[in-house]
Amino acid sequence: MNVDLGSTTGGRQQPALSVALSGVGRTFPTPGGGTREVLREVDLDVRAGEVIALVGPSGCGKSTLLRQISALDAPTTGSVVVDGVPVGPGDLRTAVAFQEPRLLPWRTLTANVAFGLPRGTPKQLGAARVAELLELVGLADSATLRPRQVSGGMAQRTSLARALARAPGVLLLDEPFGALDALTRLRMQDLLLNVHAARPTTVLLVTHDVEEALYLADRVVLLRDLRDSTPEDTSIARIVEVPGDRPRDRADHELTELRAELLEGLGVAAHHTPAQPA
Amino acid sequence: MDRLLELEGLFWESVVETLYIVAVTLGIGGVGGLVIGVTLYVTRKNGLLANAPVSIVLNLVVNFFRPIPFVIFIGAVQPLARWVVGVGIGNRAIIFALSLAAAFGISRIVEQNLVGVDPGVVEAARAMGAGRPRIILTVLIPEALGPLVLGYTFVFVALVDMSAIAGVIGGGGLGNFAIVYGYRQFNPVVTWVAVIAIVVIVQVAQFAGNRLARTILRR
Ligand SMILES: Nc1ncnc2c1ncn2[C@@H]1O[C@H](COP(=O)(O)OP(=O)(O)OP(=O)(O)O)[C@@H](O)[C@H]1O
Ligand SMILES: [Mg+2]
Repeated sequence: MNVDLGSTTGGRQQPALSVALSGVGRTFPTPGGGTREVLREVDLDVRAGEVIALVGPSGCGKSTLLRQISALDAPTTGSVVVDGVPVGPGDLRTAVAFQEPRLLPWRTLTANVAFGLPRGTPKQLGAARVAELLELVGLADSATLRPRQVSGGMAQRTSLARALARAPGVLLLDEPFGALDALTRLRMQDLLLNVHAARPTTVLLVTHDVEEALYLADRVVLLRDLRDSTPEDTSIARIVEVPGDRPRDRADHELTELRAELLEGLGVAAHHTPAQPA
Repeated sequence: MDRLLELEGLFWESVVETLYIVAVTLGIGGVGGLVIGVTLYVTRKNGLLANAPVSIVLNLVVNFFRPIPFVIFIGAVQPLARWVVGVGIGNRAIIFALSLAAAFGISRIVEQNLVGVDPGVVEAARAMGAGRPRIILTVLIPEALGPLVLGYTFVFVALVDMSAIAGVIGGGGLGNFAIVYGYRQFNPVVTWVAVIAIVVIVQVAQFAGNRLARTILRR
């Protein structure tokens, strides 16, 4: 796939930016008057241009962590710093693709993607860029449809295109391929790598799929659910460096051990042991 | 029937007067209600401009005025009408009172419909860097437009109803026509002509509102 988005960004491309999380914790009040600690002491330094995969059991706080970086939520403790400057509300250095597509229901896919363009993008340039992004995510033929007229997977790809439209310094993707069929999922993973190779962006991507994490990321961050933790535990259970350069071989044997390790960390046995007959 | 022919001129005048009162009120009260409704919505807890004092006071004001029966409301705001529009009687005073009442009523309809907009979408817009005015104008109101049109249609019909008592303070319109020339002169035919005219106005308005809302929802 040929990806040359640089041509239509009109010099608006932000350079990839570093992300520094230090001591990030988030505690929510619960209806009963108590509190629920979702994130504790998250320390993570992400280099500019790095791809980080966040994995962890459902409800462990992956989306919550992304919300801290996108400044849609503020941590109870600690700080989030992008490129040396703390993040704040309406921070345009980051762009998010949410876990749900969250498209404007009455706008076409084109209009929805255009909503992600940086403000002040010249009209023609913007239109060209949106068309290009839709082409890239394989939705050129559906550009004039509304979200309710397309499948969940198509909506999710639109949401991805909208996040890419910003050409952000930090791209935050919350299970961006979760609703896709296996084949489209592989295609979109390669698309993401192409975009990343074509123009530098720091990527933090949440996924449930260990294969996906190992295929895409430089490092995989395994988060734990604090509900099954000791008081000394912090949210990050483990950080795994993925060896080798991208594009990786999906069936790389070197990764087998890592895969088993991560699956175990997620509480999944790497090999299914059939129950012994009684 | 002869009487009806004599009254024909007055009848059409009353139709025009009713339409005029309702249209102007819908314009003024509609904009006012939109502003109050949007303010009610954005100042809610966790809203775009969450502001507890403004929210509490505004809710109190709206809740205070809304339940007042309109026939009493007209009298109650008469001093205010004199001060704002210069007169306490006639069509201008009735438009003033109606607009005020409509604004409070509409504000709740607007608030309800905005609450119905997916907060996830609003947050996404916020994450895209859209400022609050832009979110209100390009996300919230357009997304809620279909139901809002139905809400405004409902208000239009309610205004036709409420404007019928304009006669109380010397206003005109079909209600006044029916009371003065029908009811007081023991002429049920005249009363019923006015009734039918009101029914026709309401039907046409409702039909147009439904059409418009459907078109908007399908866009
Ligand atoms: N605004 C909030 N108020 C209260 N609790 C919240 C809030 N946001 C998240 N939580 C809680 O924090 C926990 C983590 O939520 P989060 O959405 O971050 O999980 P996740 O790791 O993304 O899960 P999943 O993989 O299922 O998407 C959940 O128990 C959730 O109920
Ligand atoms: Mg999540």
